[in-house]
Amino acid sequence: MIRLNRREFLIKTGAAMAASALPINLVRTAFGATGAAEDFTFAYISDAHIQHIGGTEFVRNWDRGLIRSIHEANLLSPRPDFFFFGGDLAQLGTREEIDHGLEIMSKLRGKVHYVMGEHDYYLDLGEYWESQLGPQWYSFDHKGVHFVVLNSVLTYDDWTFNGWPAPMDRMKAMARLDNPKGSPFLVGKKQRAWLKKDLEKVNKNIPVVVCSHSPIQKIYKGWNFWTDDAEEILALLKPFRKVTVLYGHVHQIQYNQIGNISFHAVMATAWPWPYPESYAQAASHFPELTVPMNRADPFFERDATGWQFINVHTGNVDMRYQLPNNKDRTVAFDTKTGRPKDQEYQDPKNRRPPHVHY
Amino acid sequence: MRRMMFGFWALGLLATLAVAAEPPLGLPPVPVPADNPITPEKVELGEKLFNDTRFSTTGEVSCATCHKAEKGFTDGLPVSEGIHKLTGTRSAPTVINAAYLDSQFWDGREPSLESQSAQPFLNPVEMGLKNHEPILEIVRTDQQYLALFQEAFGKKADQITMDDVQKAIGSFERTLIGGDSPFDRYLYGGDETAMSLAAIRGLEVFRGQGRCVSCHVIEQTQALFTDNQFHNIGVAAQRMPTNLDELAAAVNEVKEKGTDVAVLSNPKTESLGRFAVTRELSDMGAFKTPTVRNIELTAPYLHDGSVESLEDVVTFYNNGGRSEETDPVPELLDGGIRPLDLSDEQQADLVEFLKALTSPRFVQE
Repeated sequence: MIRLNRREFLIKTGAAMAASALPINLVRTAFGATGAAEDFTFAYISDAHIQHIGGTEFVRNWDRGLIRSIHEANLLSPRPDFFFFGGDLAQLGTREEIDHGLEIMSKLRGKVHYVMGEHDYYLDLGEYWESQLGPQWYSFDHKGVHFVVLNSVLTYDDWTFNGWPAPMDRMKAMARLDNPKGSPFLVGKKQRAWLKKDLEKVNKNIPVVVCSHSPIQKIYKGWNFWTDDAEEILALLKPFRKVTVLYGHVHQIQYNQIGNISFHAVMATAWPWPYPESYAQAASHFPELTVPMNRADPFFERDATGWQFINVHTGNVDMRYQLPNNKDRTVAFDTKTGRPKDQEYQDPKNRRPPHVHY
Repeated sequence: MRRMMFGFWALGLLATLAVAAEPPLGLPPVPVPADNPITPEKVELGEKLFNDTRFSTTGEVSCATCHKAEKGFTDGLPVSEGIHKLTGTRSAPTVINAAYLDSQFWDGREPSLESQSAQPFLNPVEMGLKNHEPILEIVRTDQQYLALFQEAFGKKADQITMDDVQKAIGSFERTLIGGDSPFDRYLYGGDETAMSLAAIRGLEVFRGQGRCVSCHVIEQTQALFTDNQFHNIGVAAQRMPTNLDELAAAVNEVKEKGTDVAVLSNPKTESLGRFAVTRELSDMGAFKTPTVRNIELTAPYLHDGSVESLEDVVTFYNNGGRSEETDPVPELLDGGIRPLDLSDEQQADLVEFLKALTSPRFVQE
């Protein structure tokens, strides 16, 4: 059965008038993979790219995107159990940017788990981020679900440690798209060993949710929509019945299913990226399952940005994308087909044709 | 006064048939629902209904009380006054060109002129009726109405329904079409002298640095000056719910009283805007883009009538959705609204341009 959002559910069951005061579309669904698990929801904000101009000045547009998403998330009811921030809080990894970003984030009411993005990392290799937010990779259990947070934006040591005149040169090189001297993202040997050990303790029937900044799948290398050791990580996740990977970085709606593993991208609050298949000159491995977002209207700075709240539903994940200046979308796990499905646009007949640009 | 009104309406009625045939310069043909074609008989009936004060509990308030012909079909008040001078929370929007809108009311809660027209009769701060029965009693017994309904719908007393009343009012409103302004003659009529040089510069600001045109749309052959969308431009920011308790209270009020009554009785609930209709977070505090045609006639401005002059409206936008530059930036401000950095001269030119959007048909000597 396809999960319905709260309003659809209420309408379809004729219970709309009897409903409580709760204004937001949020469903709690017991998943019971082990029988002991409880139902819960959480919300996900990502890719704020807070950018320092100088003095006390920061790029207004990126500030506003994060502020808006936090304000909206604070009006969610019932309250999500916790929040994730999916990485790239900063643009160039400086203390000013991380401090300013965390000051804005402090308005978010609830516990936040942070994921490292490459824009947070490559100035000081995560040192300041870690001093403020704790370890770069970790795991925790919540109501019968095992959550794993990875730093997936590492790369080969040779690139990281050699030949940079200054740390900011390294930061700016990693921030560039289509950089011929770039380097692919990597979880790395050390972290994979930790992950293997961490997962050994976990019952294979327990749903696992992995949060990383880059996709743990290979989509398009030129923009680092890519993790070089993805196969090795997926191999560690393969024994589990239900696995979901949530990632930021790509600033667009993507979803995919590889075996037992569902993939969902989260939106940026800063800006949208185009889809590589429509833009890049080189081949991309864009997930076939994904229905792309509509082209953004550039006048509306928030169009094609957003954030999402998430139902952990029968151990799978349903994404509800909150898209200001656009139409909200839901991508939910379809138990019949065993893969995520856009609730409105999966059938090509229902899609709105993209804008034509002359 | 009475004579002036009559003369005005006689002209208006003559214009009706012209409207049906060919819209004024700068506007597309008026959309007419298939089940309610415009006829002169319906328009005449609709106009009488629109001006009839007997459809209120005090016998003093009609549609025209808040939509006065001599004030650009608004009332010149920040928020409108109904029976016993009771006030609502929103500024009466002009009826001129409302026929072109995809939805009615500031939050778009009704889809058509017909469905919109039934609501104010029942709102406790507007006309205050408990239900529509008193209207039907009058139109089923008044000799003039009996004749008009017979002509317009071919119906006898007992057959007249509210549906007919609403269709007649909608038909009348579809004749209140205002184009042919100096702007239209300049842009679409090829008359380069139709607008002042200041207004021409103002048009450039409107389409360029002012970013106005992205919502107040101007097209190649016509200009509705609206995108028919809903935007949070910061107007109600100061009174919006800031926490879950306040939001839950406002949503409860909407559920208990219905949107129409709830939003017009409580300024806090009012501030929900489009959210009260869709319950989507991205619609929080968003209101419909109104046309800016005939805007010189329809002060005060913004959906709550909180700004008195066009100069102050321009200042509000120039500050990125704030009356004062020092006001806090609203958290849910629409992505299109940001400080514009217009010079004093650009702002003055923009105001001159807005004054060039007035249709001669609706200007009264």
